[in-house]
Amino acid sequence: MTGTNTENTADNGVNVEALIGAREALTEAPEAAQFKWRTSSKWMNGTHSKTTINSFFGLGEEQSRGKEFSVETDHPEVFAAEDNAPTPVEVVLAGLAGCLAAGVAAVAQHRGVQLRSVEATIEGDMDIQGILGIDDEVRNGFGDIRVQFDIDADASEDDIKAIVAQSQKRSAVFDLVTNPTNVFVNVN
Amino acid sequence: MKKIATVIIGAGQAGLAMSKHLADRSVEHVLLERGEVANSWRTERWDSLKLLTPNWQSRLPGYAYEGNNPDGYMDMKQVISFLDKYSERIAAPVECQTNVHSVKQADKGYLVSTNQGEWQCEKLVLANGACNIASVPKFAADLPSDIESITPLQYRNPDQLPDGGVLVVGASATGLQLAMEIQASGRQVTICVGEHVRVPRVYRGRDIKWWMDVAGVLDMDYHEVDDINRARRVPSLQLAGSDNRDDMDLNAVDDIGVRKVGRLAGIRDGKAMFSGSLANVCALADLKMNRLLNTLDEWATENDMDRKVASPHRFESTRIDEKSPLGMDLAAEGIKSVIWATGFRPDYSWLDVPVFDRKGRIRHDGGVAEVPGLYVMGLPFLRRRKSSLIDGVGDDAKILSDHLYSALYSKAA
Repeated sequence: MTGTNTENTADNGVNVEALIGAREALTEAPEAAQFKWRTSSKWMNGTHSKTTINSFFGLGEEQSRGKEFSVETDHPEVFAAEDNAPTPVEVVLAGLAGCLAAGVAAVAQHRGVQLRSVEATIEGDMDIQGILGIDDEVRNGFGDIRVQFDIDADASEDDIKAIVAQSQKRSAVFDLVTNPTNVFVNVN
Repeated sequence: MKKIATVIIGAGQAGLAMSKHLADRSVEHVLLERGEVANSWRTERWDSLKLLTPNWQSRLPGYAYEGNNPDGYMDMKQVISFLDKYSERIAAPVECQTNVHSVKQADKGYLVSTNQGEWQCEKLVLANGACNIASVPKFAADLPSDIESITPLQYRNPDQLPDGGVLVVGASATGLQLAMEIQASGRQVTICVGEHVRVPRVYRGRDIKWWMDVAGVLDMDYHEVDDINRARRVPSLQLAGSDNRDDMDLNAVDDIGVRKVGRLAGIRDGKAMFSGSLANVCALADLKMNRLLNTLDEWATENDMDRKVASPHRFESTRIDEKSPLGMDLAAEGIKSVIWATGFRPDYSWLDVPVFDRKGRIRHDGGVAEVPGLYVMGLPFLRRRKSSLIDGVGDDAKILSDHLYSALYSKAA
């Protein structure tokens, strides 16, 4: 039922030993497990913004990547915008996809399952009467979100389903889209 | 102050099993019991509760169920009488009505202060139960004050609840059993479902506990477990001990009209917020149940049991209502009471010994605490999966009494 695979030859490119080591270390030093993630964004024009991402805080100190990522967001032409980039909500869906896939790879490797391909398509329902202020009873955010995984791996259908379920159970983005979070916005 | 080799705190099944093993080794000891034998079973259980294990599985060192209904389930009266008789039979030295106020390390042992005086002992066994305190989430404090907040330790029967809707938080054995009987009392129940462990009551014609017993699932040792800390936190199996051996799962409560929602994530301005993870926690539980059934089927084939039991089969997946709400205005929905079936933990508030981890749990290795001379019993997966069952304390008491005996007498040599 449980237990580690003694002949675990699966290689999904995840350093499971390092993750397990980190888990053990952070169990003893929970203060080092406190992370802060950050983004800085700059409004360009219209609905177009550019967000840069570099430093974060974790393991008790500032962490710098030595490089900078950027994510742009905009809105499509049906919103009378210039469509320079995906919408913010599509970036959220990308975050969910990336988080679940990372979890699938890690859980599969831990369970000795070699993945050949993992593809996910995500669809989120949105009634834009909310954001347009037409109907106060309609929420701004997603209604339902559906994730469709297509996974090719050396495992039974139920084992693959169990890996995907475990990935959801341990996913940060799954948690933050399924549970409430306090948000504090200040203006300088 | 009285001096004695060993003090056992608690005269339930764990304390009594330890007493039997210590008596067999002629180790002088006393059991300090705040009430009477089987006190938690007497005073902290709801009226309809029956054991989740069948009668034949009520086995203690040198003692077992002797009635004529081995496949039935004891109600609380029967459990109390079962343990009372055991206590008499082994002539357990129980000091009743003895409330432990504090325990301190002293003179290479422990000083136990009670309302009946002090005891100095070399070895101390904590057998005071795993379920003394109901674990309630912090946000329970955010509940509107006109809604009654009840723990399963206070709950006795539906008559005690105000009329109107009831929110049951938690869907393990306790939450499901209470949801079932409260819904049957005419109150609309909504049950908040987080992670849970689903098993059928009967599989292939045999009690699931029979299967878990014969296939060695209950005997699994804590050394064999991948992550023992997680195994010790696993919620109780979704089961009930009923005469008709019905399943106690989310489909069963759904059948009588209980509403399912996701895990309670918080309460804000009188509104309960539910997690959107309901589908996944149900999928996890269904998959895990099927893995267990696969293990049992493999065991049956390997042990030539296939012809002696019914054919393998699988159960209906947990039905999910895709429209289950993510929030609920408690007043508008007529919720008048909330029951926190969110787990239990032991009470060590009187234990003034540096042996706790940062979560307030005793640091121990299979019941041998990380301070000399201290033992703990009866906790989930202490040494084996069955450690918290009546059937499990005997094996643990044997090993721990061996350890205790050697520690008492080795140094004298």
